[in-house]
Amino acid sequence: MQWETVIGLEIHTQLATKSKIFSGASTEFGKAPNTQACAVDLGLPGVLPVLNREAVAMAVKFGTAIQAALGRRSVFARKNYFYPDLPKGYQISQYELPIVGLGQVEIVLDDGTVKTIGVTRAHLEEDAGKSLHEDYHGMTGIDLNRAGTPLLEIVSEPDMRSAKDAVAYAKKIHQIVRYLGISDGNMQEGSFRMDANISVRPQGQEKFGTRAELKNLNSFRFLEKAIHFEVERQIDRIESGGEVVQETRLYDAHKDETRSMRTKEEANDYRYFPDPDLLPVEIDDAFIADATADMPELPDAKRHRFVEQYGLSELDAAQLTASRALAGYFETAADKAGEPKLAANWVTGDLAGALNKDGLEITESPISADQLGGLILRIKDNTISGKIAKQVFEAIWNGEGDADQVIEAKGLKQITDTGAIEKIVDEVIADNPEQVENYRNAEEKKKGKMLGFFVGQIMKASKGKANPQQVNELLKQKLG
Amino acid sequence: MSLHEKSIAELAAGLRAKAFSSVELTRHYLRRIAAHDATLNSFITVTEEQALEQAAAADARIQAGDAGPLSGIPLAQKDIFCTNGVRTSCGSKMLDRFIAPYDATVIERFKAAGAVMLGKTNMDEFAMGSSNETSFYGPVRNPWNTELVPGGSSGGSAAAAAARLCAAATGTDTGGSIRQPAALCNLTGLKPTYGRISRYGMIAFASSLDQAGPITRSAEDAATLLQVMAGFDPRDSTSAEEPVPDYLAALGDDLKGLKIGLPKEYFGEGLDPAVAKAIEAAIEEYKRLGAEVVEISLPNNGLAVPAYYVVAPAECSSNLARFDGVRFGHRCADPKDLEDLYKRSRGEGFGDEVKRRILVGAYALSAGYYDAYYLKAQQVRHLIADDFNRAFEKVDVIMGPASPTTAFKLGEKTDDPVQMYLSDIYTIAVNLAGLPGMSIPVEPVDGRPVGLQIIGNYFDEARLLNVAHRFQQATEWHRQGPAGY
Repeated sequence: MQWETVIGLEIHTQLATKSKIFSGASTEFGKAPNTQACAVDLGLPGVLPVLNREAVAMAVKFGTAIQAALGRRSVFARKNYFYPDLPKGYQISQYELPIVGLGQVEIVLDDGTVKTIGVTRAHLEEDAGKSLHEDYHGMTGIDLNRAGTPLLEIVSEPDMRSAKDAVAYAKKIHQIVRYLGISDGNMQEGSFRMDANISVRPQGQEKFGTRAELKNLNSFRFLEKAIHFEVERQIDRIESGGEVVQETRLYDAHKDETRSMRTKEEANDYRYFPDPDLLPVEIDDAFIADATADMPELPDAKRHRFVEQYGLSELDAAQLTASRALAGYFETAADKAGEPKLAANWVTGDLAGALNKDGLEITESPISADQLGGLILRIKDNTISGKIAKQVFEAIWNGEGDADQVIEAKGLKQITDTGAIEKIVDEVIADNPEQVENYRNAEEKKKGKMLGFFVGQIMKASKGKANPQQVNELLKQKLG
Repeated sequence: MSLHEKSIAELAAGLRAKAFSSVELTRHYLRRIAAHDATLNSFITVTEEQALEQAAAADARIQAGDAGPLSGIPLAQKDIFCTNGVRTSCGSKMLDRFIAPYDATVIERFKAAGAVMLGKTNMDEFAMGSSNETSFYGPVRNPWNTELVPGGSSGGSAAAAAARLCAAATGTDTGGSIRQPAALCNLTGLKPTYGRISRYGMIAFASSLDQAGPITRSAEDAATLLQVMAGFDPRDSTSAEEPVPDYLAALGDDLKGLKIGLPKEYFGEGLDPAVAKAIEAAIEEYKRLGAEVVEISLPNNGLAVPAYYVVAPAECSSNLARFDGVRFGHRCADPKDLEDLYKRSRGEGFGDEVKRRILVGAYALSAGYYDAYYLKAQQVRHLIADDFNRAFEKVDVIMGPASPTTAFKLGEKTDDPVQMYLSDIYTIAVNLAGLPGMSIPVEPVDGRPVGLQIIGNYFDEARLLNVAHRFQQATEWHRQGPAGY
């Protein structure tokens, strides 16, 4: 039977506010345990939450970015359960009335197809602390530094049909929150955590199959692998006569498998109710205008513009708009050189490769966008060949100055003086009578390949500086 | 007149005139506590050393001509307010060894006003009770008759104020916990509008209902305390950004043309006829003072107690989840795993009434029951508030009994929670609607105090205090104290 996979994602993204969502304590990562938890975060008797306005503004930005209906009146609710790293015995979240309603994003797949994925809702909530099980000899340590950190939980519609869809969607959300500057998206530090709801159904069937929720997927690679594993598991199960049970499963990256955490029957009854300590959040036009006043150009808009303005392919445009920094880099280089396609090739090719090799981010690139633009400019005006350009690129990378300085210092300027090139051509012809003879006697269709030998010798003699086009022309002329 | 008979205004005048010092006054009250509280059990913690330090500091401020409105006045604080460096037990074994690391806003404000804190008063455990018998520290006795309860949950504050062990005290009122003990101990108790006083640092029982207020010997003293306690607090999102009027300034207004509404539902079955008579006599006094009386109806009042016993337990079941033995409060010995830690810490730390309400509340919020109980109760709250809103279109204040009976005997209702809950039948609706309410002493019945409840419109505390004060100018009931104190 042909099976169809149905996937929905819940993404918890940590908002980049300076202080916590309901207290004035700092949200800085990596401090000594329990040094960034104030009375409110500790859930001391008598304390009360006060909502961080900035967190609301960030949620509004996100909602606007995904063209969602904003909840003009949203309500915080208590989600009640006991856990040692949940200080109050409840998490303040949003339940019936979230701040961000139905919205959507576009994803670009590897083959360039564009697909729309619905976002059901996004709501604000506080993060819990951390339970530390190692180093405590059979006991558990509690670190409440993270308790109260603002999260935006983004819930998608079940619109994804493959692991690739899911990864593209997750990357898109990651891209949006980083574009907006509302989250650092740092996955190692847990700023971007994904849960996946997965089910399978026979191709053509309308009704969804029973779903399993996969928890704790903290990289795009794990998301993809976990979905593959889980889809296989569900299909195997059904095909061998069993059925999928509704449950929460944990992905184990070491073993590359998912295993059951709790079934539906074991699930908590969270006893949600509106938090009486917090008033409903009312947002008006002025608040929205203020929150979205400094909205940057969003990835989709930028991608469309790159295709239109620079004549790039969807795929190149998608790649170059992956982050604001990368897009900005490209635009600076392209504008300086006046050669967008060439700039796109350099940025996605040599530059991306070099950065990747050294494990650097675009913001850490040893070659500035201006320098790369300068280099491309010299290719464009024939000062250097594409081949020499790679040499210059490496020199700039190593801090030997910008393109013109390197070309000057190393004498890499292309030889375009016909007389000078002719001299070298003549020398090479004179030094290789046998090859000349062979060439002249060869069949026409083999001549092209044989010409390469002479070009190589000439380039060698000119240290790569001879203009390849002129070399070709002169050779053909002289060899007849 | 001995020092402990003086009103706050008289004490303040005496302190400013250097007729006595705050240290002398504080010592006087501390001696009275030492003499009487072994019987009454109104204090959980007496903070003698700190009180004397605060008194000395107050004397210095007065000397420097920098006196605050309550400089040097010795007060008792209900043990529900967090007090920095002082045990804050909330009447529970759970917090028997909890030293609060910060001051509640109310405590901060009293400190800034120069008040002296004599100690922390006894209360029903986590403010759940109407007789002060659920306290881990034992019951409080009513100074009017030590066989009787003082009411609850602010029973310790009421007993201490009635026995003149402090100049005045604070209480909190979730369903009547200021007004009912004030009524049973012949005191003036004011529960302000919800949001009038910050709840920050006040250990939560039912967050949408809890409100702090003064328990005093007169409306004038209540006005002085409320002036200090009231006002917006950025740390409490539910506190109101409503200007605070000058409460003392309005006390003298006459009551000519005041429209008093008497809800027929407050004078029906369940009301002790002798209490009814005392209330009716007080209403007659108001007529003599120029007020007009109108009969009104609060048709949904009968739903108040059931709605309250859904909303309050629901909120408490969540509010008390933080007492889990992990970070503070009671922790059981040698827990064998996490579940054991939770079960035994909470099982040992909470008393029966608290457990009963947590169970009821968790049930009311459970999946499948939420709509039938919690949501329905919230709808009832709106109906009750609507009843009051309609009434206040016709009248200025509403009057009736604060409690259906006078003080009852210790142990009399402890086995019958529902009878105990009915003790708040006239006060609960006020909390559900978020309105301000007061109780003031009227003529006692067989030596047992009776309280007249006065309910006002939102943020109309100044009028309530004025209406209470004019009655107290015309009568002597509030001046009476229990024999032997």
